[in-house]
Amino acid sequence: MKTNAVNMTEKEYLLPGSRTCPGCALSLAYRHILKALEGQVIVTVPASCLTVLHGMYPVTSVTAPCVNTPFASTAASATGLVAGLKALGKDGVTVLAIAGDGGTHDIGLQALSAAAERQNDFLYICYDNEGYMNTGNQRSGSTPLGALSGTTPILGKQQNQKDITAIMEAHGIPYVATANASYPLDLYEKVRKARTIRGTRFIHVFTPCSPGWSFPFSDTIRIGKLAVETGWVILYEVEDGIFRLTSASESIAKRDNLRPLREYLMEQGRFKNITEDQINELQGWVNARWKRCLDRAVNL
Amino acid sequence: MGTRDCQHICGESSPAVGEAGKTGEWRDSFPQIDQEKCLPVRQNKPSCFLCWLYCPEAVMSKTIPIQINMEYCKGCGICAQVCPAHAITMVHEEGFCLNETE
Repeated sequence: MKTNAVNMTEKEYLLPGSRTCPGCALSLAYRHILKALEGQVIVTVPASCLTVLHGMYPVTSVTAPCVNTPFASTAASATGLVAGLKALGKDGVTVLAIAGDGGTHDIGLQALSAAAERQNDFLYICYDNEGYMNTGNQRSGSTPLGALSGTTPILGKQQNQKDITAIMEAHGIPYVATANASYPLDLYEKVRKARTIRGTRFIHVFTPCSPGWSFPFSDTIRIGKLAVETGWVILYEVEDGIFRLTSASESIAKRDNLRPLREYLMEQGRFKNITEDQINELQGWVNARWKRCLDRAVNL
Repeated sequence: MGTRDCQHICGESSPAVGEAGKTGEWRDSFPQIDQEKCLPVRQNKPSCFLCWLYCPEAVMSKTIPIQINMEYCKGCGICAQVCPAHAITMVHEEGFCLNETE
């Protein structure tokens, strides 16, 4: 039976009164990730918004055990946790390495790539809010072209983001997926599936950031859905090399009604200085990637 | 469970509700549910629960009628946006302060 809001477990692993901003998509995504892992998890987190969510010593707002690790070493620390669990003979516990886009695209990439090459048995989740949001919205390797940020405050960023999911897929790991906090059931199913697979698994979770992207708190879900409807985010999974579109992206592909990217960009204050040329360049990038996905998908 | 004034010296944090204090004090408007429009109440059986699903703070209860933990609700307004029956409206606090009413 497919999980829905009615039959999903009521048990919460993320307690109310955490330190995240109102309407935080990370908080929503993390809530469902922990639900999907049913408490059988050890989390390792580098410096990120998630450390803020976990809280200040001696109190934490999360009931799962968590290791705080230096920025560059998320995947290395997960490798160590896996080795430790194996030495103790503990089965059935998932090691979850979860880092932001700064800790994945930029600073943590070397350790992650090395761990994926070794095929260490853990689940790596990158939550992508497209910038170093917790330290003041500096640009990251995931910030899109034309977006204003703390370090690109006037003209916006001049380069486009890198496709981290494609980079991870190129490592030949058994499971790669993209998800979006605005589609929590799809995210939940993907984490459930990843949990049962052995080897390095990677899920990229898109998490809109209201203060960083300059849109109202209440629009978090709407912006996330708009990102999928315009093709900025494509929901898919690659299991042993088999590519499937999932959830909303699957139905958009079947109906062939991708909306123009402009609708997504114009909703956010960070794109207020974007030029027409940049919008066209981004639209071209989105169209090319969408076509690649349609060509690869086996379930259309 | 751990509280901010806990004097106990230990190597790890303890989980507790309200790690950042009473986060309900942050909000400028609060969600109000119109029970006549709310689907689980109207059908009198578990259904919908989208506000519960989408709440980032996990302050909505999965009960009939749905209860909101106002001590910790940050007032983001996501529940009002996702409600398919438009049963939730955001009401401005108008200088209402949690501490004064306690």
